[in-house]
This record gives sequence, structure tokens and C-alpha cells, in this order.
Amino acid sequence: MTNGWTDISNADVILAMGGNPAENHPVGFRFVMEAKRRRGAKLVAVDPRFQRTAAVADHFVQIRAGTDIAFLGGLINYALQNRRFQEDYVRLHTNAPFIVRDGFTFDEKTGLFSGWDPDKKQYDASTWQYELDGQGNAKVDPTLQHPRSVFQLMKKFYSRYTPQKVSEVCGCNAEAFTKAAEIITSTYTPTRVGTIMYALGWTHHSFSVQLIKTAAMLQLLLGNVGMPGGGVNALRGHANIQGGTDMGMAYHNVPGYMPIPKAAHQSLEDYFKVAVPKPLRPNSVNFWSNTPKLFISQLKAYYASAATKGNQFGYHLHPKLPESAATGKLENWSWAFIYDHAAQGQVEGLVDFGMNPVCNGPNSRKMVFALSQLKWLVVAENFETETSSFWKPEILALAGKKTEDVKTEVFLLPAANFAEKSGSFTNSSRWAQWKYKALDAPGQAKPDQEIVGRIFTKVRELYRKEGGAFPDPVLSLDWSYANPLSPSEDEVAREINGKDLTTGQQLPSFSALKDDGTTSSGNWLYCGSYTADGNMMTRRSTEDPSGMQRFSNWAWSWPANRRIMYNRASTDAQGRPWDPSRTAIVWNGKAWVGDVPDYPGTSEPEKGAGAFIVLPEGVARLFTPGDTLKEGPFPEFYEPVESPVDNPMHPTGQSRNPVATIFKTTEWDKLGTAKDFPIVGTTYRLTEHFHYWTKNHEKSIEMQPEFFVEIPVELGQEMGIKDGEMVRVSSARGHIEGKAMLTKRIRPMTIAGKKVYQIGFPIHWGFIGRGKQGGSLANITTPPVLDPNSFCPEYKGFLVKLEKV
Amino acid sequence: MSPSISAPALQVKAVSASPRGAAGIKQVPEVTKLIDVSVCIGCKACEVACQEWNDLGVDKIRTLPPGTYQTLPDLEYNFWQLIKFNETERDGRLLWTLTKYQCMHCEDPGCLRACPAPGAIVQYSNGIVDFVQENCIGCQFCVTGCPFDVPKISPSTGKVYKCTLCSDRVGAGLEPACAKACPTNAISFGTREKMLAQATSRAEQLKADGNAAATVYNPEGVGGTHVVYVLPHGDEPDLYGLPKNPRVTFVRLWKGPMKWLGNLVFAGGIVGVLLHYLGYGPRDVEEPRQDVH
Repeated sequence: MTNGWTDISNADVILAMGGNPAENHPVGFRFVMEAKRRRGAKLVAVDPRFQRTAAVADHFVQIRAGTDIAFLGGLINYALQNRRFQEDYVRLHTNAPFIVRDGFTFDEKTGLFSGWDPDKKQYDASTWQYELDGQGNAKVDPTLQHPRSVFQLMKKFYSRYTPQKVSEVCGCNAEAFTKAAEIITSTYTPTRVGTIMYALGWTHHSFSVQLIKTAAMLQLLLGNVGMPGGGVNALRGHANIQGGTDMGMAYHNVPGYMPIPKAAHQSLEDYFKVAVPKPLRPNSVNFWSNTPKLFISQLKAYYASAATKGNQFGYHLHPKLPESAATGKLENWSWAFIYDHAAQGQVEGLVDFGMNPVCNGPNSRKMVFALSQLKWLVVAENFETETSSFWKPEILALAGKKTEDVKTEVFLLPAANFAEKSGSFTNSSRWAQWKYKALDAPGQAKPDQEIVGRIFTKVRELYRKEGGAFPDPVLSLDWSYANPLSPSEDEVAREINGKDLTTGQQLPSFSALKDDGTTSSGNWLYCGSYTADGNMMTRRSTEDPSGMQRFSNWAWSWPANRRIMYNRASTDAQGRPWDPSRTAIVWNGKAWVGDVPDYPGTSEPEKGAGAFIVLPEGVARLFTPGDTLKEGPFPEFYEPVESPVDNPMHPTGQSRNPVATIFKTTEWDKLGTAKDFPIVGTTYRLTEHFHYWTKNHEKSIEMQPEFFVEIPVELGQEMGIKDGEMVRVSSARGHIEGKAMLTKRIRPMTIAGKKVYQIGFPIHWGFIGRGKQGGSLANITTPPVLDPNSFCPEYKGFLVKLEKV
Repeated sequence: MSPSISAPALQVKAVSASPRGAAGIKQVPEVTKLIDVSVCIGCKACEVACQEWNDLGVDKIRTLPPGTYQTLPDLEYNFWQLIKFNETERDGRLLWTLTKYQCMHCEDPGCLRACPAPGAIVQYSNGIVDFVQENCIGCQFCVTGCPFDVPKISPSTGKVYKCTLCSDRVGAGLEPACAKACPTNAISFGTREKMLAQATSRAEQLKADGNAAATVYNPEGVGGTHVVYVLPHGDEPDLYGLPKNPRVTFVRLWKGPMKWLGNLVFAGGIVGVLLHYLGYGPRDVEEPRQDVH
């Protein structure tokens, strides 16, 4: 989240889209209700289904799964056409005045940007750039009138997204859209603020990154980013998934969102050449110019005394993303690719902590097949899962195999659960909150760090004894914990924060990090979480001097205990708040005061350093230059890869995302067409369950005992399906069966003149657990398709057919 | 929660099949649970909290009821509160009214009036109506007497059960489990005075926000309830599965005028017998006694 859960109570308008917070984040949803109760805030819900959030919304619009960019593009167009955008904010805090290089085009007919190579099926992004002056700074036109200014290009680009077009694409009626647009864009005035809450309904698409960017653009146009009660807020689905992301969980980052070194970066210098961007405006802070301090401190945390100035701080020990021998391209080890590589026999073994890929991966049959190709599999879990038991006949049958044909050696290690160990949870608000062990783990179950500690020390011992191809990274790793077999949470937290290696003192903040090897920090983002004054994550002060539920002394928030990111954007050029009743920070003549400023603390506003310090422009990007986003600088609506219609935006041109990642590796990597699979299917979660975990819990099973398929009443009537009857949902990948739940909560739609039905089914069942399981695993049907930027699978909006059993 | 509504709260005010208004009852503040339907998201945390706190578990996991997310079709003897998922349409818009349903703890409890078993139902002076299963004779008059269709009989014990408003927790100064668990603060608990004021102001706020018919549901027909609702569509309580004008008519008639009439008939019978005796004397035995030897 740019802001945080408690801050949502400061909003005037809340758009819940691509998420169902009442269903999936019921505890955090209280702040939406507080905004409604305290401020009379309006809640707008946009979703393929009328769900729990819609039940308490002031306005609900049903859209076809996967058409969110069209809806948001329509909102952008509505704001621009009706002058419902905050012009001063846009001029000051975004790249709207920047001039784009001549040659950048978008063809409305083909739906493609300049630089498309139809043979290679990829873009050459060289025209997707700013026009630069002699000093390498981007040229700007503060009047926003230049025809090649980002503002004018954007206005033209989105002029195609009329309410009628939105209606045609999304299947909602134009009036319902316009009413939503009225409410949402009402926050364009400086004294009204709106927030957006989204979750997996936006990330589970083949265009998910572009989709979230569209939301960010809308919020920037409305002047809502950096404001209390504003922002773009990702609702994270696990207690500590934010913490996992921060710690380099995704394969392309190291902890703290620095890029992973690539095979070609043989020296630190090579790495910094790509990791440190050049500033694009004269006074821009260009925060990432600090990368050497952050990265070298991280190397010191990893390799301690083995990292010296003489050996580039142990850079040669650090893993680098390899190039594929076959293609010469960088290898992709993002989540879904791990299993794709495994399916091709390229993975010997897999260590799997707290994850159940058979259930939570897309295209489950391929997942099972992938596991069956492994030599060994280690699963650390609280329960027996479909993954640890993939070899059981009823699960293995998904991959058409028999138990005796599988050679995989499987180890199931009993792991302690969240209540059986201490440590920190980083929530959606970026708050790292310390929690305490409540009870001992049962039997031989061990906390994760002990499992890792025991495996690591054993592996190190083997390397020490037997040598091996490259033992240095393992032997040089600093593992100086009191008990190497089980590092304590406290020790690890101190290490992540980092210390001054000369004095041994814990560091107060990342601004103290140095690039000369005299400081260490496991993750600069968490520097300040455990200082010389102690563990900041244990703080529990409910004092709120801001009066806006900021609670600055409750736990600790990254970065630097900042509660609202980009908070400099909550003020005008002189540092005066846009809304004096709702201030984040203000310039008092000498310094920025209020929240921890997202800006150099004493930099005069007139200096114009730019509110978005992490970008080399210093301002937010409405236009994303270069190949940062694979599809183009402006988000265009593309159909889901499996779609019932040709893209109404360009019916004769590009229908789906031209650069979507589509697997074609196994026999289950198949796509269906509307001819065979005429219905739009989508998956979702229920408040009664948590992923594939609570099917082991009797109360959750009491509340929602079995898998079901939600079907529009009209479709049920058409097919002669009655409530409660068994139905089969099939896609090109496979089929599942469950009881029909006929409902008015999903209505039939007209898309581009064609009648289209949507059905939905929850994900929480599988093969193992209490209650009725029976193999009703939703992901058997989901497609082998990924977003090309995040590599997140398209779990939502694909094609199925429905039959009576 | 204020300590004034805790420990001395469980003073018995009324007992089934016993005279009302026993002497020596301490006056304690009445308690009330407030359910703000406009912020209820039907997450069922209250259902689980109720089951967990009261050590309840359903006998048989339901097979999915048609078309609904509702856990069970109705309350059960071991399922004391239920979110009702009612789907209706108003002005072309879908309404999904998610409403928590449980014992209303009536000020004038139909169950207690109907109960013929001494001490099987008690009303505490804080307003909680509680069933005392040891004294229950399983006649189910309370089931008939309840205008909200709340009490349910257990087929195994033959006794009737319902929500206790967590009288054990309230007696110890805690709020009911459901209120504790509610993530959106749709459930509040406190003194009756405070809860009614909060309910009224929330209903006013909803009115100002475009829900012209928003009201507080605290039905007069049962003397008011210790569970009150804020309903956005207050003119249509049936949207929420609540009766429009709940009354204890049947019980009132039976235990009120009917009881008086019954007493009159009974007393009249005795008087008649007496008069008959006085008028006609003892009955002559016409048949000679057949002594058996």
C-alpha cells in the first residue's frame, strides 16, 4: 500500500475494484466502514460478481472478468474530457508536461505501439522515450499544450474510452459507469480525496501490471497520491506476504527491490551501471543513486569478513541470474517457470516451504506432472498437502500417471505454524509488527529458521569435507548465530536492520549506510526497524497526534517509519497542503514536518527536487518510458488470452496482450476458444476460508463445506440446471465438478452485441482435508498464461463450458 | 465495557412459572447488543466465535442449501446465531442483506411467559433472558411462545437451547463473543441507554445519507428488545428476516386474560361444587353397597 489500512478511514471515496475486501480482508475493511460512518464516504464496488463488498457499497457495477483496463481507461477519459482532474497537481507532480520523442505512435486500428516486430513478436522500445536536452534532461512544457507532451498524448489515447465503449467492452450499462465516474472523479478537487483498494482481481491477469498502472494514473490525475485517505492500495493476502516481497521473494529482485545481478554483470561496476539510473531532471533526488551504499551493505551482511574492498565486497560470491545455454536469453525462474522447468526435467529437487503448488498454481495437472519429474521434493508444512502427497493415486491421475511410475523421493517436514514462533509480520500497510510465540509446536514440528539452519549447517559441513564445484559462497556466508542450528528471530531482525561495523552499534536509518564496507544491512528497507534503542517493531503506542489514525509509534513502517508514501505530493509547489484539514507533511519554512517526509527533510520546496524521489524524473509517470513495461508506455485494453469476443477496441487488430507469456510445454498447456468454451469463468476466495489451509479446520468447513459453482439464474434456466444439482465445469485443461448455486449476483451481459455468460467458482477445495473434497480443485481449469512483467498467472477471466452431470 | 454492568448483572428479575417482581432485586443497568446492519459484511466471524465460546458444533455439516452462502437454513439447538443472506431486488438494484440473527432478549419475553416449568427460563435484571436446561421439561411452549422463532429443541437431550447473550461472559465483565469477534464493529455492546443513543444517531446518519426509511428496530410488541438493529430499509424489516410487528399475543392471551378466565372457570367450578353441596347436600348412594366377603 502507498498508504495504509488505518488511513483508509480518511477517504471520501473508496473504489474497491480487483478486490473484494469485505470478503477477503474483513478486518481491514473496518476502516472503510469507519470512513463511511465518520466522513459519510462513498464506497464504489466494481467486480464480475455482486459480492460481500457490493452488499455494503453505495454503488455497484458488474463488469466482465478481465475488462478492468477498459473501465479505468473510461474513468481517465471521463476525468480528462470533463476537466475533472487536479491540474496543478498533475503539472507539478507528474510527467504530464514531459515531451515524448518524435516517432512514438499508437495505431488505433492494430492496437499496437510503434516498434512492434511481428516476426519476433516483441517490441523495440527505442521510440518510447522522452525528448532530452543537451544535458540529458527531459524537455518539458508546463502549459501541457505541446502535441507531444505526455498530457496531450494521454488525452488522445484515452479519448477512445467513451462510456459507450466501456459498456460495450465491460458489459455494464453506460449509466452505471457514468454514475461510478461521477462519484470517483469527484475527488479531483484538492479537498476531496479518494482511495483505491485492489487485490488479486487485478494481479491475476495477463496484463496485470498495466492494469495497476492505469489505476495509478487515475489517482495521479485526481491528485490522490501522497494524500491522507488516498493512494493506490494493494491488499496483501497473507499475514506476511508483504514481508516476503520485501525480502526478495520474487526472482528478479534481491532484498530491498534492487535488481538481481545478471550473468553479464561480472563486476560490481557492471552491476551498478544498470542498477543506478541517470537523473532526468536537474534537481531530481534520484534515490537509486544510493544503490552502491545499499547493495554493498547487503553484501557485508551476507559475507561479513569475506567481503572486502579488495574482492569487491564478495560480489563474486553473489548469485547471478544465468543466461540460458539454449536461447542465450536470461533464464526465467519466476514462480510458474520453476514448475515449467521442472516439467521439462530441468530441476532435480525442490524445497517447498508453506506453499501448495498443486493447488495454488494454475493448470494443476501440469503442476502434478512437474512434481512427478523431480528426483526429490522437500515440503515443510503444518498439514499433509496435495503437494506433499501428489503421488497418491487420485492426485497423480491428474497427470495420467500411476504411483509406481513416479521416482520422486518426498520428505514432509512438520513445520511450526505462525502461532508457534515469534518474529515479524509485515502487513499491507508496510508495518512490520513483532509477534510473540503463543505455544510450542507439537511433536517434532520445528520453526522454519531451524529447518533452514539445520539444512544449511549440514550442507556447509558437506562442502567443507568434500569440496565441490564452487564451495566459496556457502563457506563464506556469515552464519555467526548463537545457535547455528536455529538462529533466533531477534538475531535475524538485528542483522536485517544492520550495524556500524566500526562501533558495532545498530544503525538508526538507511541514510547511515555507506559504500566503503563499514556498514552492514541485510535489507536497507528495514534499516531503522531495530536500532540502538531496541526493536521498533514491538512498539504498541496508540497515541495519534495527527488525529488521522497515523499511529506513528505503533510498530514500524518501511521505509524510515513513513506512513504515507510520496507524501511530498500532498502539498503544492510552496509546500502548502492541498487540503489543510488533511495534512501528511508541510513545509514550516525550515523543514518538512508531520509524517516522516518522503523527501529530503530540509530541502526547500522551491528547489523542486520532485515528490517521487525513487524515479529519475522526480515526478510520477503517466507515461512509462523505455521497456520497463513490455506492452507499452500507456496501458491499452487487451482481452484476456482466452476471451469470448474479439477486442472491441480494435476488432480487426490485436485482441490479446501481444507480449503475454503463454506456456506450450506440456500436453496440458492448452488454450480453448469461444466455440468450444463459450462461458467466461473466474475464480475467487471466500471469507470463510484461507487458501487451501482451512479445509483442515472444522469450523471453516462448517461455514462453507463444499465446492460450488455460481451460475446466473438465466443460464441455469437455459440449460435446465436446478439449484443444488451437480454440474461439470470444463476448460481446455481439465474439468471439475460441484453443486450449482444459481444466483442473481452474476447477471448475463451483452459484450460487443453478443450475449455472454459468466460463472465463478471458489478455490478452496482439493483432495485432502475435512469435509467434502473430491478433487474439486478450481485451478485444474485455469490457463497456462502469465503477465509478461510480473509473470503472475491469469487465474481470472478464462473460457469454460458448463454441463449437467 | 463499564464495570457497572458486569458482576452484579446476573440478578434474577423474572422466572418462568413463578410470580413476577420478587423483592430484593438490585437495580443494575440494562445491557443491549446493537447490530448495525449497514456495516455487516456477513463474514460469519460472529458465528464462529459463538460456536467456539459456547463449545458448540453442528451435528451434520450441511449439504449446500440452494443459492446461498448461509451456513444453515435456520438456527439450531447447537447453532445459536446465524447470518441470514437474503437476496432481493429494489428499484432494479440487487440487495443482499446480510443480517445476524439470534435471540432478541425481549423485555417482555414470550418464551418466559409461555414456560410452565418453574425456573427453566429466567430474565436477569440486566435484560438477558437465559434458559436453565436443568429445569426444562422439553414441552416446547417457549418455541411456540417466541415471536422470533428462536428456541430450538435438542433431539438428544429433549431440552431447549438458544443464545445466552453470553451471560457467562457478561457476568464476568466481558462483551459477548460475537461482539468481540466482529471485524467491522457492526456489533456493539453496552448499557441500553448508550446503545439506543448510538443506534438512533446512526439511523439519523443513514437517513441523511439517502436511506430515508432507516430506523432502529426495537419492537414495542415485545416491550423492546435487548438486541436492537439499525436497519437502512427500516420500513421493510422482512428484508432482513425480521418480523414487522412481533407480539406475544398468544402467550399474553393465554397467560393474561385467558389465565384470568381460566382461573375464573376453575374457581367457578369450586364455587359451583360448594353451592351444589349446600343446595343439594351429599349425593345419595342409591345402589346398596356390595360388600365382598
